[in-house]
Amino acid sequence: MITKNSPDISPSEITPEHIYRARRDFMRGTLATGLLSSATFHSRDLLADPSYTAAEANNKGPEWLNQQLAHAKADTQKLTEALTPYDSVTGHNNFYEFGYDKTDPAKKSQNFKPHPWQVEIAGEVGKPGKYNLEDLLKGIDLEERVYRLRCVEAWSMVIPWVGFSLASLLKRFEPASKAKYVSFVTLKDTKQFPEQKSVLSTIDWPYREGLRIDEAMHPLTILAVGLYGKALPNQNGAPLRLVVPWKYGFKSIKSIVKIELTERQPKTTWNQIAASEYGFYANVNPAVDHPRWTQARERRLPSGLFNPNIIATQMFNGYADQVANLYKDMDLKKYY
Amino acid sequence: MPVIWRRVVIFFVSLVPLAVLFYKAATNHLGVDPQKAVVLFVGTWAFYFLLITLSVSPSKKIARQAWLMPHRRMLGLFTLFYALLHMIAYFVFILALDFSSFGAELIKRPYILLTIPAIILLIILGITSTKAMMRKLGKNWVKLHRSIYLVALLAWVHVLLQVRSSYADAVLFGLLTLALLGVRFYWWLQKKSQIQVLYGKDLSRRQ
Repeated sequence: MITKNSPDISPSEITPEHIYRARRDFMRGTLATGLLSSATFHSRDLLADPSYTAAEANNKGPEWLNQQLAHAKADTQKLTEALTPYDSVTGHNNFYEFGYDKTDPAKKSQNFKPHPWQVEIAGEVGKPGKYNLEDLLKGIDLEERVYRLRCVEAWSMVIPWVGFSLASLLKRFEPASKAKYVSFVTLKDTKQFPEQKSVLSTIDWPYREGLRIDEAMHPLTILAVGLYGKALPNQNGAPLRLVVPWKYGFKSIKSIVKIELTERQPKTTWNQIAASEYGFYANVNPAVDHPRWTQARERRLPSGLFNPNIIATQMFNGYADQVANLYKDMDLKKYY
Repeated sequence: MPVIWRRVVIFFVSLVPLAVLFYKAATNHLGVDPQKAVVLFVGTWAFYFLLITLSVSPSKKIARQAWLMPHRRMLGLFTLFYALLHMIAYFVFILALDFSSFGAELIKRPYILLTIPAIILLIILGITSTKAMMRKLGKNWVKLHRSIYLVALLAWVHVLLQVRSSYADAVLFGLLTLALLGVRFYWWLQKKSQIQVLYGKDLSRRQ
């Protein structure tokens, strides 16, 4: 499949309000009538949404994953903001392994091979080892999660991921009580990731990220394997990426090959590049500026040139009710 | 080609980047984040025009291509033009015309603060670029217009301070700026040593 990156986003391609509202009403309806467990993507195909159609046309997931994706549970959250269209979500990415321009990942990830894939589970766990992704996902019920994604660069999207809670995966490997943090590592492969060879890059490959164990175990934290109902496209971090919706996007590490539970706080890529600009926590916080730009506002994409969609950034990206208690005794200006 | 025709051609060629920008805007080819794309695009072209302007006299001295000399003023004015567009695009698209926060932004962001002297200098150079001003300022005109070197350095630091994931842009603009300022520094050193040699001969004759 060729994920053609088309920059043409005409207003007609943006999910019309009546469609997403209908989708939400539909899902709320299923919730109200107790039909939630049967509200899968199959039942939602009734609704013609061009983004879901585009995802289907571009899908190149393996059969086992497509099967699981087809049975994913619909999102029951009440996020009513318009979804960012498929073309924008897959055409505007920071995935520096493929290039430094926002359009590079879509253009240069076509030969990337996300299947077959192995993930190493290591560190303070009862059952360490290298596992095939297919085996890792066996018996896991996928679900759609519509989350805001707030990039540290002050742009944002609303994305319907398909994935599963990280906690449900970690628990299967019996974390030891010594495990205080979870570290994640992206694949290092200069053949597939051409920019990992670049001498001008500021990044010390492979890309690394980390979470505190309570953040990792939080029900909002997911590992995504899908987008708009279909397999995750390469430029979005196929086949497995982290999504932590109350943190800046760079925490959501892509193409994960290693998950390690550790006693000490792991090193994280952007923190190593510029510790004064990118903290370990990286919680979305409009009151704490990035030294080079304000974090009080964000450009919700896609944005028209003369009708800029500039909105106020919310504390914890709007998830304060669920996550603020994780940080209740912390100075968030110090632990940014 | 007569100078007047060259002037017309260079004028319209210099407007091509702007035409490309309008075309992209009209056909939705500016991507998902068009505001940022516009700011970056015109900013990049301001720097390109600055470098083109600075390469006029080296191209005459090194490559013996003097035909650009009569057009240096126009190229310099296009540098100012794209720099002003860059500033306006920043105000409209990034600051969202919220000038109440501009003061705080200036204090907190050195890479924005240093564009203030750069743009002021460019405006002064633009205003004093006419023949009448050249006559009026005489020798001082050359001195004043040497401040374009400072503008180039400020522009480069402006790029350098914004490095995030790659040094590519900072290195590219840095090398070009360094080469164009470096060759002038070399000429200046040569001229200085020639003067010293002459002065030395004078001395020996006197003794």
